[in-house]
Amino acid sequence: MSATTAAVPPKQRPDDAVDRPADRRRGSTLLRHLAIVLVAGLVLVGVSYAVEPFRNFQLATVAAYLCATAGLTVLTGLNGQLSLGHGALMATGAYTVALCQNAFADRGMTGGWLLPLSLVAAVVSTVAVGAVVGAVAARLRGPYLAGVTLAVAVVVPALAVTFDGVFNGEQGLSVPVDPPPLALGPYFPYERWQLWLTGAATLLALLLLANLIRSRYGRTFRAVRDDEVAARLAGIHVARTQVLAFVVSAATAGLGGALLAVLAQSVSPGAFSLTLSLFLLMAVVIGGLGRLTGALWGAVLLVALPDLTHSVTELLTLSPAVAQRLEGNLPLAIFGLTLIVVMIAAPGGVQGLLSRLGRRLRARRS
Amino acid sequence: MDRFVFLTIDGLSRGAVYAAFALALVLIWRAARVVNFAQGAMAVAAAYVAYTVSAATGSYWLGFVVAIVAGLLLGAFVDRVVMRHVDHASPLNPVIVALGLVLLIQAVLGMVYGNEFRPAEAPFSRSALTVGGVAVLSPYDLFVFATIGVVVSGLAWMFARTPVGLRMRAAAFAPEVSRLLGVNVGGMLTLGWALASGVGALAAMLVIPTELGLHPHAMDLVFVSAFTAAVVGGLDSPPGAVVGGLVVGLLLSYVSGYAGSDLTPLAVLVLLLAVLLVRPGGLFAPVAARRV
Amino acid sequence: MHRLAQRGLAIASTIALLAAAAGCSGDDGSGPGGAAVPGVTDTEIVVGTHMPLTGPASAGYSKIAPATKAYFDYVNANGGVHGRKITYKIMDDGYNPANTQQVVRQLVLQDKVFAILNGLGTPTHSGVLDFLKSNRVPDLFVASGSRSWDQPDKYPGTFGFNPDYTVEGKILATYAKTNLAGQKVCFLGQDDDFGRDSLVGVEQVLGAGAVAVKQTYVTSNTNVAPQIGAFKAAGCKVVVLATVPGFTALSIGTAARLGFKAQWLVSNVGGDHPTLAKQLGAAAPILEGMVGTNYLPMQNDTANPWIQLFTKINKEHNGDAPFDGNTVYGMSVGYLFVQTLLAAGKDLTREKVLQAVQKGGFQGPGLVPLRFSEKDHSGYGGHRLSRVTGGVQSYFGPAYETDEADGPVKEYTAAPVAPPANGVPTVS
Repeated sequence: MSATTAAVPPKQRPDDAVDRPADRRRGSTLLRHLAIVLVAGLVLVGVSYAVEPFRNFQLATVAAYLCATAGLTVLTGLNGQLSLGHGALMATGAYTVALCQNAFADRGMTGGWLLPLSLVAAVVSTVAVGAVVGAVAARLRGPYLAGVTLAVAVVVPALAVTFDGVFNGEQGLSVPVDPPPLALGPYFPYERWQLWLTGAATLLALLLLANLIRSRYGRTFRAVRDDEVAARLAGIHVARTQVLAFVVSAATAGLGGALLAVLAQSVSPGAFSLTLSLFLLMAVVIGGLGRLTGALWGAVLLVALPDLTHSVTELLTLSPAVAQRLEGNLPLAIFGLTLIVVMIAAPGGVQGLLSRLGRRLRARRS
Repeated sequence: MDRFVFLTIDGLSRGAVYAAFALALVLIWRAARVVNFAQGAMAVAAAYVAYTVSAATGSYWLGFVVAIVAGLLLGAFVDRVVMRHVDHASPLNPVIVALGLVLLIQAVLGMVYGNEFRPAEAPFSRSALTVGGVAVLSPYDLFVFATIGVVVSGLAWMFARTPVGLRMRAAAFAPEVSRLLGVNVGGMLTLGWALASGVGALAAMLVIPTELGLHPHAMDLVFVSAFTAAVVGGLDSPPGAVVGGLVVGLLLSYVSGYAGSDLTPLAVLVLLLAVLLVRPGGLFAPVAARRV
Repeated sequence: MHRLAQRGLAIASTIALLAAAAGCSGDDGSGPGGAAVPGVTDTEIVVGTHMPLTGPASAGYSKIAPATKAYFDYVNANGGVHGRKITYKIMDDGYNPANTQQVVRQLVLQDKVFAILNGLGTPTHSGVLDFLKSNRVPDLFVASGSRSWDQPDKYPGTFGFNPDYTVEGKILATYAKTNLAGQKVCFLGQDDDFGRDSLVGVEQVLGAGAVAVKQTYVTSNTNVAPQIGAFKAAGCKVVVLATVPGFTALSIGTAARLGFKAQWLVSNVGGDHPTLAKQLGAAAPILEGMVGTNYLPMQNDTANPWIQLFTKINKEHNGDAPFDGNTVYGMSVGYLFVQTLLAAGKDLTREKVLQAVQKGGFQGPGLVPLRFSEKDHSGYGGHRLSRVTGGVQSYFGPAYETDEADGPVKEYTAAPVAPPANGVPTVS
């Protein structure tokens, strides 16, 4: 194995190999993706009414993380570039949205179109940062790329402290967000509105990503990942493809960070530490690298697992002395152990496991 | 000028520790093609064992020896029980498992020892000797330099001269051929992990007394600096790790001394970019063989 | 085609799964009578907090919430407050603002707590101010000396507890001005609002430009030799430290090994002697002569009736955990909260609790007055100085009170009150 390929999913997706006439496929793919997104959107709206506010907020957080994990899985899984710095890209988006929203609020501007504008600004600024990092990344491989992206992950939150005149240091900025539009009624739960907002933005991002993966660009991403020399021989500009993948991935990470900032109504560097970058990477690998559904599982795990392990530890009744020791530590230990066991037992991640199960079931049925 | 001398020496003594830790990363990278993100947590675990032994016996040196032995054993254990069973088809899998190990080890240490800082004793005075009014090296700095010098030259000698060192190199670079030639490739891999983890434990024993104290997260920041050092030097090169470590140590000291400590992360990034854009495989990378 | 349908199905089924999980736990907290106050029943009051129990910032702080809980358990064992037992839900946020968002929402939206008590940390708690405000959750006695908690117009439900860092800076600087006059004063502060606010206080008293060398540090760089080296080179005689405990120990330790001697004036945040001594181990004697500040009874003052009470509670309800300044702090928070609940009356609502805090007049373990009023939501308004002598940290001189602006630093002379006989406050 060489240091060139940062990541190769264990199994090629079977449909990669299938060749269909390009034009017919593009049209129908778009329609199919649209249909899935519409269904998912409707389900989401239904769910938002069925569950209590805290679950709405959790789902909204899953949606925000999903933006970032989806982008990361495209970069790492499909294009083979390892990034330990996606937390920093999320921070870029989050701070942009905070600065925009504050600027609007200071000027007394209100209106439903301001938030989308801020989100677009967040994506644009993250694309700019992503392009710079991506241009560097395209020259580097394996652990060297990991080293640079790790440094990015450490530097970007630190900049918030260095330039505290703009970013207000460790304390961070608050993000003024308008309440739900009055048309939805005076008592519309805020968390439901948050889920709608983040859900809509994330579904849009996923739609674009899914189409990109199925397009000519998606194929060049994979070609570069699988064999750079062969890709070059086939006329693919390797460096340009890698930068493009980084930019796409950065855009979604920026959107994810911006959505998190909107959800939290605040940003601070501590929320976008190196730990976040590492957790994002864990999430996409555990979920199943290179697949959008894997990214979804990863995002769900990021939100649900700490909560779940906390509930498990709460069930135990312990003496105060023992409880103080275990408190906080036991959930982390369980999380760590889960990671290790899942990676050993199911290297394809959750999605790999599910596909295997599905195939087995289908084989039995036929 | 005084300040420059002071910052230089301060930077070198920290750089020496980064060098040792970077060396541990390089050892595992060369043996298994894995960047061991759990290096820091494993080293802290060994340091906690040393703390327990020293507290029970009152002997620093017994604890010191036990830390290195514990490091060796932990490295072998991690390889045999965990890493060996990880599917290395994707290089990301071992990275994720290592991150899982970090969480697990730190949480277990937190449960056993609590999340409080523990005092870490230095075996020699850390008060600097002054020469001509300038505070220069402390006896402890000399101890650090000497220990790391011994470890680096010892490893160099082992890999260059001893049969086991040669076998380890062969197993790392051409496992299939080595196996055919009768080299116990699996055993060599375990030995590589053990050695690296032992060196990591040694580095932790040297650096923790100069830091905030013993804590489950005591090596987190050192790991980041050491990984940077290894990347700057080139992950395939032990001399690169040493040079990289010293360079990073000096840089951190100069920047926080002359510019302000909040700029140190930025300085590290600039250093990485400056080196890697010129030499994408680190300072000591073998020249220009196209690796695909 | 097949795969895509599968993918859609997977997404839909995930959401359904989450919804189902939510459904299971969705129907708690609806008290009797429908319009009940969240977290309050006839027999129970549920309160929550967020604290770093794990991670690098957890050292020391992880002991605060268990101490508060131990005090509540003690009160519960003595019949509770107006017949209600206090349940204290402690959530670990690891000092990560993103986690704070999650756990505080869980406390408020899912666990339906009556109030958030003593949430710890400036960056962590700043992020939930707006959320707590829009949900009208009382946000009592925030564990940080930031001035952000004192904004009654913007955050009417938020109240501080610690004296703010500017007050502390002013009092430390007053000591330097009167007792160490003419000596060169230097300053080392954390590179955030803690260090900045403290420096504001110091310069307020000494005058702008009177601090000879100002240095900062960041928690991500554990080498302070360059900063201490600069103090030594400049010939500083007095150094004010606005540092967290780890960096206090590191700074004083670094100074010792560089052969730099100074009078250290240390912030309350980083001046707890047992914590520092534990970290320094055999090197603890270098702390001799260190001047610090505090506003609660000293943990080693076994003659103090509050310390006797808290030691007893620590034995009975806290597994006899090591007793230090954090334990005293946690129990003092618990005492003040029980006082607040009592003052709010039997018919407990969120509005009544806020009114009760604003009415003020609480007498407790504190050596200086609490400043609560309609216009002032900051906590304790002063400090008393302490010194380490013979390895023991003890108070000297009078207590001082001041404000965070340009008010004078005055002696506070009122005698401290003794705790009630059974250790549970009564309605005043």
